[in-house]
Amino acid sequence: MANRDAPILEAELHAYVDGELPAERRPAVRAWLAEHPEDAARVAAWQAQAELINARYGAIAQEPVPLRLDVARLARGERRWSILAIAAVLAAFVLGGVAGWFGRETWAGAVAGVRVLTADAIDAHKLYVVEVRHPVEVAGTEQAHLVQWLSKRLGYDVHAPDLGPIGLKLVGGRLLPGASGAGAALLMYEAPSGERFTVYCARADGPESALRYHAAGSVAAFSWVDDNKGFVVSGPADRDRLLKIAQSVYDQENTPADKKPG
Amino acid sequence: MNAFRNSVQAAIPALRRYARALTRDAEAADDLVQDTLVRALRSEHLFHEGDVRSWLYTILTNLNRNRLRTLARRPALTPIEEADTPGMSGPEAGARDIERALASLVEDQRAALLLVVLEGLSYREVAEVQGVPIGTVMSRLARARAQIKAYLEGERPPLRRIK
Repeated sequence: MANRDAPILEAELHAYVDGELPAERRPAVRAWLAEHPEDAARVAAWQAQAELINARYGAIAQEPVPLRLDVARLARGERRWSILAIAAVLAAFVLGGVAGWFGRETWAGAVAGVRVLTADAIDAHKLYVVEVRHPVEVAGTEQAHLVQWLSKRLGYDVHAPDLGPIGLKLVGGRLLPGASGAGAALLMYEAPSGERFTVYCARADGPESALRYHAAGSVAAFSWVDDNKGFVVSGPADRDRLLKIAQSVYDQENTPADKKPG
Repeated sequence: MNAFRNSVQAAIPALRRYARALTRDAEAADDLVQDTLVRALRSEHLFHEGDVRSWLYTILTNLNRNRLRTLARRPALTPIEEADTPGMSGPEAGARDIERALASLVEDQRAALLLVVLEGLSYREVAEVQGVPIGTVMSRLARARAQIKAYLEGERPPLRRIK
């Protein structure tokens, strides 16, 4: 008990609050606090902070975990998208971390970029799918002209994926203002039942990203980045059906035969 | 599922809680958790020993640091949840105040504090997650607590005496 009268350091007070103080030191701290009301008030304030934080956020751990965070599902779904997406993402991440080369092009940067892009796409989707008379600027019957026009205006090849095999007909497309002044293409598809889906495509810097699902009320979207282009497939909130469509768009974008030779 | 995946799955509720407190944005938080899980599953073969949970906290903490670097360049993305909501009182005001107080912290201090008081990690575990000596963790904690105390007392002067 040689240290009985030695002052208690602030570090020990924190350790005391956090249960990190060795048991034999606790009585000394308690005795100190009994005689030093200012320190006792500080300790009480720290404990109150911890209670506030737990009161505010503790319940989140009791919430049901969203489906998109299911490990088995992620492990399964990932395989299909992994070769391009995850590998590129990891490579970018490692390089970014080691050399700082990538700067704004880190994985997190791409993720934030995709969120903006997805929000833009969902807004466009909501605005135009309800249009009866003018849902598109160029009709799907003029597909060759539509694709040529959009490619020319955007400065990269735009394709209109053939979604006929999964029951969707091309209604047409339009040019939209995209993020930071660059344009974006919006292609609209229709199911026999009248439901409409859109494929949004815009420039996106950053590495390829994993497929992401975003639900926004009755509308939902899958988005990803591939080859410096961001894609967002939006439609009624039906995850499995949207995934099928997104997968088909993704596959067609990555089929060399789909692109002009030479 | 194997033992590794079971451990990952079991950690998800706590990861969501930590991510939400770190970001104060529900969607950004779940995006972070998803990125963390994808990365962890991808690197499963690299994980030989140690605590899966600490490892997940490490990934999430790093990813969030990157995210903030990006957000700093995109001021338009400030989460709506941080917008002013006047007229609240009682427990809701307390929740809002602690959210803002946390928002006022430097990222490394916020992470250290949350890992200790919300996630119940030991100082040693936090030191591993943040890749710094224990002494640094303790000084981050001390600064975080002093800052929050000052913030809460400055924010609500009339309530200070009631406690």
